[in-house]
Amino acid sequence: MKQEQKKIEPNRRELIASGAGMMALLLIRPAQASDETMRGAMRQFISEAQVRTGRIKLDLPPLVENGNAVPLTISVESRMTAEDHVKTIAIFNQKNPQPNVATFHLGPRSGRASVSTRIRLADSQTVIAIAQMSDGSFWSDSADVVVTLAACVEGL
Amino acid sequence: MARALINVPAKAKRGDIVEIKALIAHPMETGYRHDTKGEPIPRDIIKSFVCSYNGEDVFRAELFPALAANPFIAFSIVASESGVLTFSWTDDHDQTEVRTAPITVE
Amino acid sequence: MSVLRHRGKFVAAVCTMVVLSVLAGTSVEIAASELRSSFADMSRETQGMQSDDSANPGMLWVLEGEALWNAKPGAESRACADCHGDARVGMKGVSARYPLFDEANARPIDLEQRIMQCRRDRQQTTPLAWESPELLALTAYVARQSRELAIEPSRDARMTLALDRGRELFTRREGQLNLSCSACHDDNWGKRLAGNVVPQGHPNGYPLYRLEWQSLGSLQRRLRNCMVGVRAEPYAYGSADFVALEAYLMARASGMVIEAPAVRP
Repeated sequence: MKQEQKKIEPNRRELIASGAGMMALLLIRPAQASDETMRGAMRQFISEAQVRTGRIKLDLPPLVENGNAVPLTISVESRMTAEDHVKTIAIFNQKNPQPNVATFHLGPRSGRASVSTRIRLADSQTVIAIAQMSDGSFWSDSADVVVTLAACVEGL
Repeated sequence: MARALINVPAKAKRGDIVEIKALIAHPMETGYRHDTKGEPIPRDIIKSFVCSYNGEDVFRAELFPALAANPFIAFSIVASESGVLTFSWTDDHDQTEVRTAPITVE
Repeated sequence: MSVLRHRGKFVAAVCTMVVLSVLAGTSVEIAASELRSSFADMSRETQGMQSDDSANPGMLWVLEGEALWNAKPGAESRACADCHGDARVGMKGVSARYPLFDEANARPIDLEQRIMQCRRDRQQTTPLAWESPELLALTAYVARQSRELAIEPSRDARMTLALDRGRELFTRREGQLNLSCSACHDDNWGKRLAGNVVPQGHPNGYPLYRLEWQSLGSLQRRLRNCMVGVRAEPYAYGSADFVALEAYLMARASGMVIEAPAVRP
């Protein structure tokens, strides 16, 4: 388990490195198809911008009872004023058939940058949340989730 | 009409940040499942959710098949004035389900 | 002197029985003080999903049930409310006492069957199918009215046969895996099976929203899943054996707090 996490961590750090660096890293480190799809979706969201860690917190249970409904909460440190607020929060996943999970659009009328929902996770994987601020900066956080199956698989 | 549950405080003080919870009945069929005959079950999900406050959008969400069935979203807004909150869910067929809730701001 | 000798024989007989039952591997019923809802085994987040009525997906069925309760199923029919009034009053404590003995048909009846019976005989409308959205909604709505009340199994002597049958079904081995319900739920509750905690298997949350189903479902649905799990042929919905099993499960969970509509993984 610990070794798995170590393998995931460097990937994550590379993923959220500078935009220019991203392209270079893709050539150096062969990634799983699922990682590439996720990076592609993330690149669509951030285009050429740099993504930093911090300010945003992605809350997911580390061990999930059922991948059909995983509670997720995102909170971003922001006073949510007209001058400085979170504009968009996008969530990505690594191993579902599609890399996008949800995109939330907030604004100064939100008061607080905090959103909760329930998502589906097809397998144990990494989930990444990226927040776009009104000043154009991007911030991200990620979480690794272990998903177990129901013990008795039902045919009904 | 799909069942929906909205939790909005009826009253709030001006400037208060209030939490809103919205839950709607919908299978959120991913499009990746197959029926017992092996035929793919077509995708059918709610793809967007909007909350507007006296006519102005204050929260929007784009949803993908990775959202769990019977989608639940909790978010917050600033109680700025009395009025009506409108919640709309739009599905893949561009059908929209709408609910409203009044809010009194003192 | 003779009394003591008799008591000695009695004690010896009891000891022998206990030893024999241990050797035979007979399951011991869970003591009342050890009764535990599987709510306690869930993550904090899933518990929160159940406890918050605005986040509990089962409440969507309760909402639907409320609408059905108040609607006339046909132009000539009566609504449930027309006879039973406000469900919050009229149905309080009702689901805690089912299954019970139905006078009209001289056999035990569970809550779903009672609702179906009312629809057919007193509302003169099309019967509801097992596991249909409408039946689930009405059952959820009625069961919701007993939330936080204790399970009160029927003390009617006419239920004895069903209780005995239910106990028999619960303790007998079945299926290709040759397991009895009690082998897991009496003998190994609290231990883990493939990463999941084995529950004691109580009916106090039903009908419930199961994350695995992505839907609300009945106790019988869950029992059918269990039987498929041990590769046994599941009983048909509404069979007398299921009602007997439900009666036994409710007696086994006597005093436990009703959580309907619960949320479970």
